[in-house]
Amino acid sequence: MTRRLIPILVLGLLAGPVLAGVLGTLLPALGVTGQPGAFTALLNWPGLPRAAGLSLGTGLAATALSLALTALILAGWSGRRGFGVIERLISPLLSVPHAAAALGLAFLIAPSGWIMRLLSPWATGLDTPPNWLILNDPYGLALTLGLVVKEVPFLLLMSIAALPQTQPRRSALVAATLGYGAATGWLKTVWPRLYPQIRLPVYAVLAYGMSTVDMAIILGPSTPPTLAVEVVRWMNAPDLSGRNVAAAGAVAQLLLVLLALALWRLAEMLGARLMASWTASGTRGHRASRVISLAGLGATGLVAGAIGLGLLVLGLWSVTRRWHFPDALPAEWSLRSWHSQTSTIAGLTSQTMLIAAVSATLAVILVLASLETHRTHPPNPRLRPFARLLSYLPLIIPQVAFLPGLQWGMLQAGLSTGTLAVIAAHLVFVVPYVYLSLSAPYHAWDSRHACVAASLGASDRRIFWRLRLPMLLAPVLTAAAVGLAVSVGQYLPTLVIGGGRVQTLTTEAVALASGGDRRVIGVFALVQTGLVALGFALAIAAPRLLWLNRAGMRHGQ
Amino acid sequence: MDNEMTKGLQLNTLAVWHGTRQVASLDARIEPGQILSLMGPSGVGKSSLLAAITGTLDPALRCTGAVLLDGADITNTPAHLRRTGLLFQDDLLFPHMSVGANLAFGLPATLRSRLSRRERVDAALDEVGLSGFAPRDPATLSGGQRARVALMRVLLSEPRALLLDEAFGRLDATLRAQVRDLVFARARARNLPVLMVTHDAEDAQAAGGQVITLG
Repeated sequence: MTRRLIPILVLGLLAGPVLAGVLGTLLPALGVTGQPGAFTALLNWPGLPRAAGLSLGTGLAATALSLALTALILAGWSGRRGFGVIERLISPLLSVPHAAAALGLAFLIAPSGWIMRLLSPWATGLDTPPNWLILNDPYGLALTLGLVVKEVPFLLLMSIAALPQTQPRRSALVAATLGYGAATGWLKTVWPRLYPQIRLPVYAVLAYGMSTVDMAIILGPSTPPTLAVEVVRWMNAPDLSGRNVAAAGAVAQLLLVLLALALWRLAEMLGARLMASWTASGTRGHRASRVISLAGLGATGLVAGAIGLGLLVLGLWSVTRRWHFPDALPAEWSLRSWHSQTSTIAGLTSQTMLIAAVSATLAVILVLASLETHRTHPPNPRLRPFARLLSYLPLIIPQVAFLPGLQWGMLQAGLSTGTLAVIAAHLVFVVPYVYLSLSAPYHAWDSRHACVAASLGASDRRIFWRLRLPMLLAPVLTAAAVGLAVSVGQYLPTLVIGGGRVQTLTTEAVALASGGDRRVIGVFALVQTGLVALGFALAIAAPRLLWLNRAGMRHGQ
Repeated sequence: MDNEMTKGLQLNTLAVWHGTRQVASLDARIEPGQILSLMGPSGVGKSSLLAAITGTLDPALRCTGAVLLDGADITNTPAHLRRTGLLFQDDLLFPHMSVGANLAFGLPATLRSRLSRRERVDAALDEVGLSGFAPRDPATLSGGQRARVALMRVLLSEPRALLLDEAFGRLDATLRAQVRDLVFARARARNLPVLMVTHDAEDAQAAGGQVITLG
């Protein structure tokens, strides 16, 4: 009977801190803590309309663009031969942390960035960096681009996981025999069934895009910044009134996200109607299919290029001694940045690894226990959508809206804000992603193996340890690597719950971003990425080595 | 309790339900060494009945009636304590284990000594003409070889009844007859009651026992 409680426990672990944190944010914002006027102060801030508009605009634009590019890539290429390449690109692209991807993009597109250097002076005629606001532009275009580049791989991964349930091959075949172009047929037959499956991840993308702090600090405008960044600034204010304004701003951010979700829902309904009438029109879209395939290729190139070239330029800067504008490459090379940072890196890396390894391991154990319990004691199907929503709560409620409240509540309760608290806070974000990555392979496992084993006299426990876990080793390790990546990438939870005293590679890289030395930034961003990439590499290599002599374990991995 | 009357597999109006709808029901008695063939088109709940007997019924379904094995009521016994051996259409050898490890997985844990466990595995392989196959990767075996390993794996678990769920459905005609004869012969040699689910009249004919058609 106690095992039945595990999923409820996990849900409580996910939703509890979020709900408590929102409450802890609401109380000071509403003046319950004895400092009224927080909302008045917020409304009197002249930057508010612009900051709120930026959050709304960049979030909605980034989500719409990411979704559109994902649809183009899938429509143009899924089920075709080139898709294997795209699938293989997803994990490495996902493994680049948000901060590193943003820093790489910044080093590419800045007025003194690599692209401008490669084009100067022969194409632009410039000998000094132009005075343009390409980076940190007031409209948040660079931020939007950064979000798109990071979110397309995520949405692709979610879509590919959900695709088999929509039986795309059969639909594609039927559409083709009815004379539809490949991509058009896919959009008309598969997409309407795929979208509901990835709806919650899309909502998470929207909420994240509107409230991200680290990417907005690196790529977003500064006067005023997006609302989330301003809230964090207020939070760090020395006086208590600043903190109350921060709480009011966090509540405003939450309302803004809810407004955006409502707008998105409306757009979904409108989109469904447009799709339906387009589908009913019977247009076969032969030329459109070719355009879509090309556009999909372009989207893949944009995303992979922005992240790949970004990493490359980060790497170049990390081994640069002198790199004059507009030279295409550094004039003098040096490993000095690596040498001078060795001890700092060692300390930050071990701290980052400790937090990530513990939270990823705990998350995998919790998710496995949850999935195994769901199998043996299936939950009431009517409760399933509710549970699904609750488990997504940490991804949909913006971090700035509940982390300050959580920190405040923890301080009130006398809990420390050290490494342990940070691990617990990371767990809230790691568990949903581990669940996302593990639940499909877990359910896809051929349960007849379990039936056979039971008839051979094997208990549930023996089936789990001897069959299920070893046969699912590859997805379990991948899920652990995903968890590791999520933890390594966390900026705000580390900053807020750590009380500013817990430093990781990510907090350091973001702290350096404004005005820091590009060479040092390159080092930190690369180490951060390398850590995550190492996790994915191990997750891919270990099962292959272990099952080297087991041909039956190779396909489907 | 243990007299001749109660030996074998007895199903007392065993019925599988989905909510209030009856999926299938069966009332039968199978003597040791006898084969009962259960026939009928797909989708009439033949496999669900087998799952009810082995205790691996989908949680969305439930069963009523009683399953008696050698006189003992096992209707509510956990699956792994029932000793009802099961063979599927696919051999379902565990792909991450060697052939020998697959067979050892079936051996009761009460057989402690490593040497005697290995001897039992080797003897089982000898019995079906696969001597020396223990270290092999199951994926490198032919369909017929894999079917024989699956059979010996279930027999090593010392079941008291054998259930066949379209067990020969994936084999081509000549292989099918060979494997079928082998399974029937081994089951008879161990005096096991056999319940065979099939949609192939030839299987039922070869079994030579009682035939019940569902649906």
